[in-house]
Amino acid sequence: MERRTFLKYSGLTLAGVGLTGCKELDMSGFSQAMSGLGQSMPGTGGGDQFSSLMRAGGAVARAMEDLDPEQEYYLGRTVAANVLTRYPAWNNREANDYISQVGRYVSLASALPETFGGYYFQIADSDEINAFAAPGGLIIVTRGLLRCCKSEDAVAAVLAHEVGHVQHRHGIQAIRRSRITSAVAIVGTEAARHAGSPEVRQLAQLFDGAINDIITTMVDNGYSRAFERDSDRAALAILQRTGYDDRALIDMLQEMDGRLQPGAKDFAATHPSPSARMGEIEPNLLAERRAIPRSRQSRFQRAMRNV
Amino acid sequence: MQELSVQVRTTPLREQPTFLGRVLRELGYAERVGVVESSDDWRQVEYQGQRGWLHVSALTEKRIVLNPGADDVQRATTDRELALAGRGFNAEVEQEYRQRHAEINFAAVDQMERRSPTLAVIDRFARDGGLERV
Repeated sequence: MERRTFLKYSGLTLAGVGLTGCKELDMSGFSQAMSGLGQSMPGTGGGDQFSSLMRAGGAVARAMEDLDPEQEYYLGRTVAANVLTRYPAWNNREANDYISQVGRYVSLASALPETFGGYYFQIADSDEINAFAAPGGLIIVTRGLLRCCKSEDAVAAVLAHEVGHVQHRHGIQAIRRSRITSAVAIVGTEAARHAGSPEVRQLAQLFDGAINDIITTMVDNGYSRAFERDSDRAALAILQRTGYDDRALIDMLQEMDGRLQPGAKDFAATHPSPSARMGEIEPNLLAERRAIPRSRQSRFQRAMRNV
Repeated sequence: MQELSVQVRTTPLREQPTFLGRVLRELGYAERVGVVESSDDWRQVEYQGQRGWLHVSALTEKRIVLNPGADDVQRATTDRELALAGRGFNAEVEQEYRQRHAEINFAAVDQMERRSPTLAVIDRFARDGGLERV
């Protein structure tokens, strides 16, 4: 998840919306890992949203082929467990049920609506403005970030940005290619089936390393500006398709811009500046702002009243 | 007829190419389906004589072996169309991680995964909020 973004994605993304400044990542080596992902996907028809994503993610493709959705799921669980150790869960049932409904709904309108284990959402009891998206769809958002939201549309913008990190597999791309290559080699051996064997122990070490790679990028350093841009675009597409007001993404970034503290360790430290992101989003907005029905605003206020 | 495999733990076979429509049955990991026709990111498939729609994100061209034996492991090294379920980063590897990192809060993740609104709830949520049916 990225805290700097609105969202950091995997891992700890806070996805976001805007969130501020992600550090640039060294992606060398990963692009190779991704070439070829599209070959494993069944969608080949022109114009398909999902197929387009796969083609665009040539670099992502190959790595995804090596790390199938089941493995991505187990990586994501452990990443999320690490995030929830640093950022304890806030177990307000009404608020968590609400963001789970918003989040599941926007995930259905994404280019990756189905993952191995599915999408799940959790509020963290932290004043930090942050969000994290672990691989496979485990998304954690802080109370501090939710307090920046003035409407359900803003919550949807935050969660859609995080879903964007999941659909683009940004967390998985933080894993060093050499670890994936080594893991694939071990999986291809008979000894890897036997608990306690040296091969299984080596696999566990590679898993440790992969988790550290993702956490370091998502939580500590932030995703690249390009990744944040990809997730903002994904969020816009989702908002426009579902009927939410896409300007809620801009509203959130403005709100965050006013609240983020320079030098703080949250979103501001790990995401591009909200103003830079707004400049890239605005040309892609719909011509007119969509009105928010009273019923939608009422349920937002009811569910978020204790956040 | 092209054959595809379900690559997620479970996915609903739908009457129409939409998430919020009627569900005919659930399909599990590694089930094989035949493709009848395509519509954007949806595939109409046939499973045990029954036709319905699945989203492409739930499908792969690979054949997934649920309980791979030694022969499957050997074949998978050269056959890119074969995938071995439960290999690599799996539940056992997670268990090893948990033993070495007792301080990491997996219980919170388990609790998070128990919170899952049904598609019927999501459908009503969209309608009540004046949102599109996706």
